[in-house]
Amino acid sequence: MAKIVGSIVTSHVPAIGRAIAGNLQNEPYWKPFFDAFPPIHRWLDEVKPDVAVVVYNDHGLNFFLDKMPTFSVGAAPEYRNADEGWGIPTLPPFTGDTELSWHLINQLVNKEFDLTTCQEMLVDHAFTLPLKLLWPQEGACPIKVVPVCINTVQFPIPSASRCYKLGEAIGEAIAAWDSDARVVVIGTGGLSHQLDGERAGFINKPFDLQFMQSLVDNPKWATQYTVEQLVEHTGSQGIELLMWLAARATIKGDVRALQNTYHLPISNTAAGVMLLEPLA
Amino acid sequence: MAEQQRVSIPGTTLFDDIQAQKGYALNKMCFSFNDKANRDAFKADEAAYCARFGLTAPQLAAVQSRNVLQLIAAGGNVYYLAKFAGIFGLDVQDIGAQQTGMSKDEFKQKLLNAGQ
Ligand SMILES: [Fe+2]
Repeated sequence: MAKIVGSIVTSHVPAIGRAIAGNLQNEPYWKPFFDAFPPIHRWLDEVKPDVAVVVYNDHGLNFFLDKMPTFSVGAAPEYRNADEGWGIPTLPPFTGDTELSWHLINQLVNKEFDLTTCQEMLVDHAFTLPLKLLWPQEGACPIKVVPVCINTVQFPIPSASRCYKLGEAIGEAIAAWDSDARVVVIGTGGLSHQLDGERAGFINKPFDLQFMQSLVDNPKWATQYTVEQLVEHTGSQGIELLMWLAARATIKGDVRALQNTYHLPISNTAAGVMLLEPLA
Repeated sequence: MAEQQRVSIPGTTLFDDIQAQKGYALNKMCFSFNDKANRDAFKADEAAYCARFGLTAPQLAAVQSRNVLQLIAAGGNVYYLAKFAGIFGLDVQDIGAQQTGMSKDEFKQKLLNAGQ
């Protein structure tokens, strides 16, 4: 059976794409963030995952308001990045794992998650940048991917509790996959930030730190909040922490944090990175 | 079941069913700006491009003003509006500064202060 080797959660701020393209990783503004990754690269070299399930939110590249799925799963042999309108370089296509995609889709629908399946799917910066941070080498990402997208554009947005359950179901589905694949689950987004309104620039460091700690100590902690309360505590885009929550929930039982970085600001955002490894 | 109570967070417009319906034409135009050809067409003839999407009068005025708070009031969603702002080379800190009535440097300082 397949095995989840760990979960990596990280912010996906578009400015990271500019920093990578401009080789700014060692600039004082960027270094504290990029320094989180070499230890994770060493860990990836050791555990050698075969496939990454990437839980992320689309920002208006693949989905528009004409059709807005709450949860969607990619089932494509290849996923392309594309122009998002504000100019970061487009990354090379990613290779899908259609066997795992359809296994997840079958299992999740069976567990009453009524998904949208996507045999064609453009992937935006929230998907591409974290993979580039984790596999920074030239050219294409070296492992296969399965995108899982959660709507954070339009209310109603699925609750923290529902996203946690989705993560648990993904974890169970991977554990039931008849394969010897090693799977890493990546969650991207957050942490606190708000781009819109008079409240733009809102950041909540104490809440972010408490949330990060909770992923280790008490992973269901954030499920006590409604989405509206999460907007209040973390800003209107801070709710992207739902991706972290779903990714964490794929691991049954306790984890240890092998990497834990919090740094702000990056652009308008408080950035976080964690590597969580199952204890069992 | 009772209709869920609408939540009010100061300085924040939740992109809910009301906004999604009100802002549809504006957001559809902004979504089109994923394509460079469409950004160029907008720049070449702004009025004609807006007309193709049937913007409402408040949406047209908001587009003309380049005012983000006005665009949000007209139903704009920030993820799509960011593509509109990109046409003018404005990043999220420029639009943050504009919405909070600060200079960009003041806005950046506000973000730095949040780390203290
Ligand atoms: Fe985002």
